[in-house]
Amino acid sequence: MKISREDVLRVAELAHLELPPTEVDTYREQLDSILTYVAKLEELDDSKVEPMAQVLFGAQGDAHPELREDQLAPCTIADDVLSGAPDAVKPFFRVPKVIDR
Amino acid sequence: MTLNWTIGSVQEALRAGTISARELTQDFYARIAQRNPELNAYLALSPERAYAQADRVDAALASGEPLRPLSGVAIAIKDVISTKGIRTTCGSRILEHYTPVYSATAVERLTEAGAVVLGKTNCDEFAMGSSNENSAYGAVRNPVALDRVPGGSSGGSAAAVAAGLAVVALGTDTGGSVRQPGACCGIPALMPTYGRVSRYGLIAFASSLDRIGTFARTVADSAVVMSVIAGHDANDSTSAPIPAPDYVAELQKPVRGLRIGVPEEYFGPGLDPEVRSKVEAGIVLLERLGCRRIPLRMPHTDYAIAAYYLIATAEASSNLARFDGVRYGLRVPGATLRDMYGKTRQRGFGAEVKRRIMLGTYALSAGYYDAYYLRAQKVRTLIAQDFAEAFEKVDAIVTPTAPTPAFKLGERTSDPLQMYLADIFTVTGSLAGIPGISIPCGNSSRGLPVGMQIFGPHFSEGRVMQLAHAFENAGGFSN
Repeated sequence: MKISREDVLRVAELAHLELPPTEVDTYREQLDSILTYVAKLEELDDSKVEPMAQVLFGAQGDAHPELREDQLAPCTIADDVLSGAPDAVKPFFRVPKVIDR
Repeated sequence: MTLNWTIGSVQEALRAGTISARELTQDFYARIAQRNPELNAYLALSPERAYAQADRVDAALASGEPLRPLSGVAIAIKDVISTKGIRTTCGSRILEHYTPVYSATAVERLTEAGAVVLGKTNCDEFAMGSSNENSAYGAVRNPVALDRVPGGSSGGSAAAVAAGLAVVALGTDTGGSVRQPGACCGIPALMPTYGRVSRYGLIAFASSLDRIGTFARTVADSAVVMSVIAGHDANDSTSAPIPAPDYVAELQKPVRGLRIGVPEEYFGPGLDPEVRSKVEAGIVLLERLGCRRIPLRMPHTDYAIAAYYLIATAEASSNLARFDGVRYGLRVPGATLRDMYGKTRQRGFGAEVKRRIMLGTYALSAGYYDAYYLRAQKVRTLIAQDFAEAFEKVDAIVTPTAPTPAFKLGERTSDPLQMYLADIFTVTGSLAGIPGISIPCGNSSRGLPVGMQIFGPHFSEGRVMQLAHAFENAGGFSN
């Protein structure tokens, strides 16, 4: 077994998913089967292999190492953005209480 | 009205005055009204904008202005691509009422080129799926065989073009989501090189893999659309600063003498015998066109699905953290902030999205990062090296697009891993960042389309389309 019920609950908590108890066992079984499958990567000797950090590393398109200029530009869509929010009081997004005191 | 409009025939008709852009747009909406209830390819229509754009095209024509590359061409946009003022749901409940305040760069470029955006197409939720059955708004039916899936995740875009409900469509491809539905629906489907088309406004699933691609009825049409949308965009830091060539001109280059690699690993025991024989026949046709067949070994192919599903889910778990009920989309009230996050995401996301978020969170979590994510990134290097070595010997690589033709609706929904294996031949190119096209190469005995995939080195989408175009012209899709 690659992943336990407790692991699933912990991962759900990290990912901010409030799983109903009825779903936990199904996800555990499915994740276990996927993790068992991906374990085939252990067959390969990767001790001398660099992880791929850039898709076009060394390729023709890897031609933008220099950072662009930091240019200030006015943000003209703030009101539009806020108008799509579930609960906004301009210029803020409003959320439930974060800190208890 | 004909169902077989191409960009060329639309523009010819507009120039000749046999139809106006407005009439053409009306015809497409009439056809959508007739077929969409059954196919479920479109999730939202944008007739006001479409008619305004069509009228601009007609006015420009009337005043003697030359046509732009896509003037009057009806186009569908996958619902993970942002369209200002048009509802964009990503196939998810969490964005059911979301309307973007800006458009993707690709959509802006299409509109500037005269294209008429008809609406947004159905897809697997956040582009996660291989059958379109993970959409919160219902599955799409394959127009070729209504009891079968159209492929995924860009199933709505593929079905719309195949059924004549759009001339061309944009999709997105992360592990095969343009090429595999193209194969299932029997139309050319192109995934360009990573960085070739701006991802600005593409709602992210896996940022190191996501690409915008095209569906069309002909390879020539794919080339026109790609010429419009390709090229650098300052709003996407991974966009390649290389000018886009004229892909239409590249189609005319001769294919004689090109070396075609055929990797043994893509023709193993898991391959449907009918798919094998159609792709084999396709390779023979390429040889008749003067290409040279070269057998290849690509030893890490069999590890691609495992590496892909760790990398893609890890990136997804991070990208989808933004859907938390604060800035946009669904909010389910909660007593505390954490409570609100947990309830919103539980209710807003479907089962496959939650599964992938959890898998990715697990692969990145303390104690497991090295064993899963880091190892997968190393295997990604090995797969990219397989391709780099192959392209020292060959100009292109030909494989099947998918191991089977379109499967039946409901056939694989209970087994996520089985569904993942539909992408076994497409994820390799996704991990390597190279371009690939799926081109129809015949039908199975049940009349289901079979797709042949052509890969090329980075930034060789011109050559990939050139081969597909020659193949198409030689009758490669007929039986």
